[in-house]
Amino acid sequence: MKLIFEKSQPGRRGIGVPKPDLPVPEVPSELARKEAPRLPELAEPEVLRHFTELSTRNFGIDTGFYPLGSCTMKYNPRINERLVGLPGFAGLHPLVEDDAAQGALELEWRLQEILLEVTGLDAVSLQPAAGSQGELTGLMLFHAYFRDKGEDEQRRKIVIPDTAHGTNPASVTMSGYELTPVKTDARGNIDVEDLRGKVDEHTAGLMLTNPSTLGLFDENIEEIRDIFRSVDALMYYDGANLNAVCGISRPGDMGFDVVHINLHKTFSQPHGGGGPGGGPIAVRDILEPFLPVPVIVNDSGTFRLDYDRPKTIGKVRAFTGPFGVFVRSYAFMRSYGPGLREMSEVAVLNANYMLARLKNDYDLLYDRLCMHEFVLSARNLKKEHGVNALDVAKRLMDYGFHPPTVYFPLVVPEALMIEPTESEAKETLDAFCDAMLAIAREAADEPELVHDAPHSRPVKRLDEVRAAKEQIVRFRFEEHPAEQRAGDRELELQKGA
Amino acid sequence: MSYLSLTAADRDAMLATIGVASVDELFRDIPPAMRYGRALDVAPALTEAELQRHLEELAGKNVVDEICFLGAGIYDHYVPAVVDAVLQRGELLTAYTPYQPEMSQGVLQAIFEYQTAVCELTGMDVSNASGYDGTTVAADACFVAKHATGKSKIVVTEATNPQVRQVVKTYAPGFGLEVVEVPHEGGTTDPARLRDAAQGAAAVIFQQPNFFGILENAPELAAAANDAEAMPIAHVDLVSLGVLEAPGKYGCAMAIGEGQSAGNAMSYGGPHYGFLAARSDLIRRLPGRIVGETVDAAGDRGYVLTLQTREQHIRREKATSNITTNQTLLALAGLVHLSLLGPRGLRELGDTCMALAAYAKERLGAAGLEPVFSDKATFKEFAIHTGRPARDALGDARAKGVYAGYPLGRDYAGLDDALLVAVTEKRTVEEIDRLVEALS
Repeated sequence: MKLIFEKSQPGRRGIGVPKPDLPVPEVPSELARKEAPRLPELAEPEVLRHFTELSTRNFGIDTGFYPLGSCTMKYNPRINERLVGLPGFAGLHPLVEDDAAQGALELEWRLQEILLEVTGLDAVSLQPAAGSQGELTGLMLFHAYFRDKGEDEQRRKIVIPDTAHGTNPASVTMSGYELTPVKTDARGNIDVEDLRGKVDEHTAGLMLTNPSTLGLFDENIEEIRDIFRSVDALMYYDGANLNAVCGISRPGDMGFDVVHINLHKTFSQPHGGGGPGGGPIAVRDILEPFLPVPVIVNDSGTFRLDYDRPKTIGKVRAFTGPFGVFVRSYAFMRSYGPGLREMSEVAVLNANYMLARLKNDYDLLYDRLCMHEFVLSARNLKKEHGVNALDVAKRLMDYGFHPPTVYFPLVVPEALMIEPTESEAKETLDAFCDAMLAIAREAADEPELVHDAPHSRPVKRLDEVRAAKEQIVRFRFEEHPAEQRAGDRELELQKGA
Repeated sequence: MSYLSLTAADRDAMLATIGVASVDELFRDIPPAMRYGRALDVAPALTEAELQRHLEELAGKNVVDEICFLGAGIYDHYVPAVVDAVLQRGELLTAYTPYQPEMSQGVLQAIFEYQTAVCELTGMDVSNASGYDGTTVAADACFVAKHATGKSKIVVTEATNPQVRQVVKTYAPGFGLEVVEVPHEGGTTDPARLRDAAQGAAAVIFQQPNFFGILENAPELAAAANDAEAMPIAHVDLVSLGVLEAPGKYGCAMAIGEGQSAGNAMSYGGPHYGFLAARSDLIRRLPGRIVGETVDAAGDRGYVLTLQTREQHIRREKATSNITTNQTLLALAGLVHLSLLGPRGLRELGDTCMALAAYAKERLGAAGLEPVFSDKATFKEFAIHTGRPARDALGDARAKGVYAGYPLGRDYAGLDDALLVAVTEKRTVEEIDRLVEALS
């Protein structure tokens, strides 16, 4: 398919701009643009068709089953799209005085109240733009807390299990901490003996995903909590997997001091092909003084933003956070009410059902009940038939499914990480399991069919090595003379104007 | 629950396949002391119609019918209907990050086109797929500069958006960075003073047009930074780049900014997108996703996420950033808007903003509301003296249905009577006349 730049024809345009009958001030020549940017030139219908055609080459949860482990690809209710577009929300400038934003502030405050109930903690900041920024903010709070106690110099280490999302160790580095890795035991829990030897008065805290990226609830969580409490260290909960435990178990009750909540996972903000997200953090009262500014204050039903917070870490993002994300997630929560518990129950039921159907034909390293997701291994197929996890993933596309997450977590070889969420009908779960079982048979009978998959997508398997080597990361106009000429003509047009 | 499909019969069959008697049994690994023994204390579920009513009530408590002259980083530009139509395509709206390229050619190609558009506008060689917003990309750029230069000082001009400066300062301790601010002089930054401050610095961040809406002598600021061997980083407004020179043309190492002006509603501050573009030699240090062109097994052109060895899911603690989720959908909105405008439309958009802003400045001046920095060229925003506490002037204007601007005293000492007034192409001459009347 052509790029939009390759469809461009000089002289076309898609939208007009008001032209008031006023003189246009001259830009000082040393600051004025000399060459027009080579933006595409198309009429409106062709712009719409271009992006519609792009959409047909994409797959979303609206298209079909999307069991991408750790990403919680659940249904995104359409009503939420309508609500976020209400003029009272979409047209509100973020710097208006608080009296002009009472509805927005009330919505944010109400969202915070629900997050407090779900997490079992004491205060919320909605500001972080995504889970990874929530992590970084949480670690900044660790620093601020220990600095306040005079222990920041002493406490340099953050403990992270080897099953963690890559964001956790990356956040540790970005926040200026040092990483202390800890192993996973034979049941898929943190190896408590390994942990015990690594936690001391130099430890600032733990970052843990629970249930873990293996989809397993850590059975030793009480012992882990006691180890960190015994040295007055803090505990951070990576909320990427919160969809397993809403209303069932609360991070605050598990002993965690900071939690980030991925609104684009558990609370259904559509992920938009890579974002937006939302990563609010909920914290225990000891960390509240350090939260980013502004903080929303509820004075008996009148809401205001409070910037006067002497111990604040500052700001991690502009304004109060990604407001439109809050509208959608708040609406999602209100449509469930206390039924958020049922949401998590069904997510866990769906995952266990699929696990039960698949575990005899794929390897399972930790044979336990799972939570909202589970991790199979294709190492049996690789060993016996030379078909690996990536081949299985690509072949699933031919059956009409988005593949699961592959090669993660790192502790499982040839990992296939499957998360169905609560949104799916049993027929869909069965169809996917049937496809997985069929692929296992194909691996034995027709391995080439699996190797060469996908056969049904707009493109065949793509050469990622070549992309990294050649580094073509923008359209090269200079190699496409037609577009070059169009750009030149544009310049002439402007000169003539 | 209308979003759940399982029937009672489904559940029974599934539990039987699993081999447990009840859903509760699925949670047996959770220690009893850590189970939440009661129903969540949240309000009852709403039907869709009730939800619509409830949120309409909340939206109705916001004031959005005052004529908007408020900017200071977020602007009331027009968002074309085609943008909404594209963003509501479920295949794009409800997709995850394109980890599986064969399922995601639509989003991948769109990001590749976005990267191209950002590079064209900024004059840079490479753009990432977006950052969270115009503040966090500044922190990202500092991280890139620190590692590219081995230096740990960052210089930011005081005429740069206060929230950008604040976010950079919040990130700085973790990055091991020291932040130095260079004061403005009469609304702009003195290149000589910037050159002195930039000695030993990794990077210099300045904004063009700056926070006061004034055109800095950006080429001289970039030259001052380069003289001191610090990386010049320009924080720019995409919609200004039809009329203002591209940062890549005057020696900047990186160009960053808030993308909201192109394609995004104001939406009380988000979600929007930040853009980050750089010279080609910095490509391996950039944070976030980058899409690259390649071929498939049949030799046909296609797109993939590339250079992923920079990223957290591969490099973990050695990654160039922890970012995963970015703002792809909002960046796509920017691409659609820019594609509708084309080069001529973008130029006209800039011209119209400048013409209306100049008219407003002149009329306000004639009414006794003098510009704070009278001799400086501006783009779509400018500061005026109101002759009294700016919040009072703002309040009086609001009573007349006009939201007149941003009180600069919130961020700058000595400017308590100053309002920063923004004028986009959506404003009309009649609305500007009402502004003048409301402030007079």
